[in-house]
Parts: sequence; structure tokens; C-alpha cells
Amino acid sequence: MDKLTNQYIIERLNGKFGEDVEILGEPHGLLTISTSKTRIIELLDYLKNDENLRFNYLTDITGVHYPEQEKSFAVVYHLHNLFQNFRIRIKVFLEKENPSIPTATTLWKGANWMERETYDFFGIVFDGHPDLRRILNMEDLDVFPMRKEYPLEDPNRVDKKDFYFGR
Amino acid sequence: MSKPITKITPNKPLLDDNDPQEELITLNIGPTHPATHGVFQNVVQIDGERIVSGVSTIGYIHRAFEKIAERRPFYQITPLTDRLNYCSAPINNMGWHMTVEKLLDIEIPKRVQYMRVIVMELARIADHIICNGILGVDTGAFSGFLYVMQEREFIYEIFEEICGARLTTNIGRIGGFERDFNEVAFRKIEHFLERFPPVLKEFEELFVRNRIFIERTSGVAAVTAEQALDYSWSGPILRATGVDYDVRAVAPYSSYEEFDFEIPVGTQGDVYDRFMVRNAEMWQSLSIIRQALEKIKKEPKGVFHADVPEFYLPPKEQVYNNMEALIYHFKIVMGEWETPKSEVYHSVEGANGELGFYLIHDGGRTPYRLHFRRPSFINYQMFAPMSAGMLISDAIINMSSLNIIAGELDA
Repeated sequence: MDKLTNQYIIERLNGKFGEDVEILGEPHGLLTISTSKTRIIELLDYLKNDENLRFNYLTDITGVHYPEQEKSFAVVYHLHNLFQNFRIRIKVFLEKENPSIPTATTLWKGANWMERETYDFFGIVFDGHPDLRRILNMEDLDVFPMRKEYPLEDPNRVDKKDFYFGR
Repeated sequence: MSKPITKITPNKPLLDDNDPQEELITLNIGPTHPATHGVFQNVVQIDGERIVSGVSTIGYIHRAFEKIAERRPFYQITPLTDRLNYCSAPINNMGWHMTVEKLLDIEIPKRVQYMRVIVMELARIADHIICNGILGVDTGAFSGFLYVMQEREFIYEIFEEICGARLTTNIGRIGGFERDFNEVAFRKIEHFLERFPPVLKEFEELFVRNRIFIERTSGVAAVTAEQALDYSWSGPILRATGVDYDVRAVAPYSSYEEFDFEIPVGTQGDVYDRFMVRNAEMWQSLSIIRQALEKIKKEPKGVFHADVPEFYLPPKEQVYNNMEALIYHFKIVMGEWETPKSEVYHSVEGANGELGFYLIHDGGRTPYRLHFRRPSFINYQMFAPMSAGMLISDAIINMSSLNIIAGELDA
């Protein structure tokens, strides 16, 4: 097995996926890539099972909400190659209305609750998930609380407004 | 003359096996049950003593830390991390400080790193004491728990000396510590290092070759390495299956690479192995603390934080008498610090496994998004599926050995 580097992974992914995989950067050395929701499972499968990549450990799945962007939701996967101790981050941006993405539980059973948590807080639907219910919030909550449109504090409060601080 | 016995039916069961005994019973274990050691519920279907299936319900102490963190400057998030795994709060605190320092590219002096190692390893011992002690209680041995619980008090006294708090410590600051360890703190650490090993030895002797304990735990809830990795397990319970994944070793932070320690692994992945791995880790932690004390002696005295005035609060007397310090103080408190737009994932080896902080920062006063990768949450999801087919009593000790901390489970 070759020694993994960010450059090597980029070359491998470009060879296999071409333009469907976009390189977002390497913040603090952690390679961050992005792909579309149609190819995400294929990509994860390739990263997990390819002889030379072997990202066998799913560290984390979570969501992010970017209300200003056109594709305003992101699902973020952190994978870890335990053989060589190498990490990678994958982002999938999803549309604003009814965001959905295929489930990763087919590859890792541990994805189950991580996806449930992401659904619970962001309302991102994981197609094919065996048990997609709310997990931390109560069943009859009718909002997805981590979305940015739900402010934490009283929005009328003015003492924390940015213009007082020259921003 | 009595009537002769014509027919003898030896041991005829009262009911035939196909008589109406197939009904399953639904049993609620939790949310507040003494055996769960935390606020979470399992609804299990039982056939006699055996569990047929189970469903976990969690979220009873969900406090929306990720949402709260989006409105708080970095230094106000530390108290939130206390309340994740409250049995080893200093590890969470240090993990958070290091995440922010990674984002801000702050170089931490060696002495501070060793001080952090001491605090983190003490916390790890405190956490493992609880877990293994409680495991003993659940298997019917109360005395071991009482022995070691007293030692946890000594660890808490050390924390009290260092930062003033015992359980939810809020220990350290971004860039170092809020104050130096004083002489009493060092004395207390050395005192602990002297008195704990014989107690731990005695604790081990109560359990390790105890036949009752072995029969209750050996082979119970055995998990293979493949299953454990499939479920993204981490920490002692993963190492009990034989995978030597320890964040301290594979991605050393806070100068762990300079320390000489071993990563204990098990072979069976059962409750007994988890117990043994945790015990062995306590010995390793003791050795790490000793090494750190030696290393601290070689470093210049009195250094307890990095020289980053734009992120580290100046002492109060300077704030009142010195213009520069006042400006820095104001800027830090009002969140007027220059911070880069970036994303950072940093993980530390918590007492239960890989505790990760995924921080997305947009340059503002507060994090744009902060996600905690909480080992208890991820480890616990295997509990209900693996309980199927187990005896109730086995499921209870399995839960104890997973060391699920409700605060970390629910965040």
C-alpha cells in the first residue's frame, strides 16, 4: 500500500470520479472534498473499500446550514484510515427545499444514529435509512432546531448587534 | 386396603411446552433506573429472563449545546464541554482549548503541555475508577467500589487546588491555564501517586482472578473487532476487541509523543476485557503523570500560558493600571479578536473514546457551527442490537462496561 498523501488521494479521485469530485481545500492539513448527492455513496464505498485508500473508519457525520448559499445544507463526513492514520473530510451540499441524501448505513452500521441526529437537527432526509426518527428531541417537535432561522436569543435584543462594534 | 396405584406419571410438567407461555413481556429499563447509571431508557421485550429485542430512547438530558455554542465566544464554550462527560471534564476542556488553539495557530509552551497531560490523565483515572467500580457493583461486589471511590476524592481535591472546582472544572484557558499549579497542588499530585498504586493493586486483586467476577463477565457481550469498527466504536471498548486505536498515540496532541506508554488491548471484546483494559490504562496513566512531573522540573518555572495577549486575558491588576492590558481585556471580553475563517477537526482521547470537535468558523465572534463527536453517543447505538439474546443481568453489566455517560450521550 502506498503512503497516503493529500496529493495522491486527489489524483486517485480525479482518475475515478473526474469532475464529480471537487477539491475544497486543505484547512489545517485535512483534505476536504465535495461531491454531489448522486455519487456520494459510490465515493464513500470507493474510499472505504479501495485497496490503496481503505478509509475504513467512519468518524463522524454531521450537518451544516448555510442559509445564504443556494445549496444551503451540507452533510459532512469525516473518514479515517486507521492503517495509516489518515483523515479526510467530505462535504455534500444539498438544496434548500426538502434536502435529502442516500444513507451511509449500507456501508457503516454506525452511521445510523449519526444520520438520525443530523435529520433531527437539520431535517435532512437520509433515503433508505432503516429507522429515520428524531433521536435527541421529542417526537412531536415540528421544527429542525439547528437551522439558522431559529435564533437562540430574543431577536429584538440590540445590545449584541454587530454595528455597535464596527462590524 | 387402599386402591393400588395403577399409573405413575413421573415429573409431569404442569404445563406443556406449547401451552400459552409464548407471550413476551415489555419491560422499561429507565429512564430513571438505578441500573442504567444515567437518564436514558431502554424498552426491551423479554422472554423470561432473556431479551428478545430492545429499543433505546435517548435525549432525556439534551441541552442543545451545539446551538448554544453558536451564540457564545470561544472561552464561554468551555463550561459547556464540562457537561459532556462530567466524569472526566478536564479532558473535554483541554480538547476544546486545543481545538481553538489549532484554529488560531497558538504555540503552547512545553511546560503547559505537560501540565495539561497531568490534568487529563488524572481525569482519565477518575473516569475509569467510576466505570470499573460501578461494574463491580453491578456484578455484586460493592467493596471494591468503596475503596477506589475514596481515591477519586483525592483526584478531585487536586482539581480543586488547580482550578477551584471539582466536577465541572472549567479548567484552563485558551492559551494555557488561568494560574500556575501551586506547591500544594504538586504535593497533592505526588501524594496521590504514592497512595493510589497500592489501592489500585488491591482493587485488581479483588476482581481479576475472582471466580464469581470472571464467570459473570467473561464471554458476556463479546464483540469482534470488525463489528466494533463497523459501529465506529472508539476508546477502551474498541481496544478491548483488539484494535490498538488510541488518539494519544496515532495523532499525538499536547506532546504525548514524548511520553513512554503502552496501549493495552484485549482479545475477546467482552466485559471482562473492557474491565482489564481500563485497569491497565490506569497504570499507564500513573506512569504518564510521573513522566510529566519529571519533565516539568526541567522546564522554566512559572510558565503557565502562551504569550498570546490578544486571546489570553491579562491579570486583573494590570487591567486596572495598564492601558494595553485594558484594551486587550476589553477586546477579548467583547469578542473583538481577529480570527481566521477556517474549519478544524480536532480530537482527543477522552475516557470513553475519540472526543472530536468539529468547528466551522467564519471569523465572527462565535463559532458558525460546532459539532461534538461524542464517543458515548456513537458507542451506545450498538447496545440495543447487541442485547438481543442476552440475559437481563448480562445486558446491565454490558451497559456498565460501555460507560455511557448521559451528559455525553445527549449533549
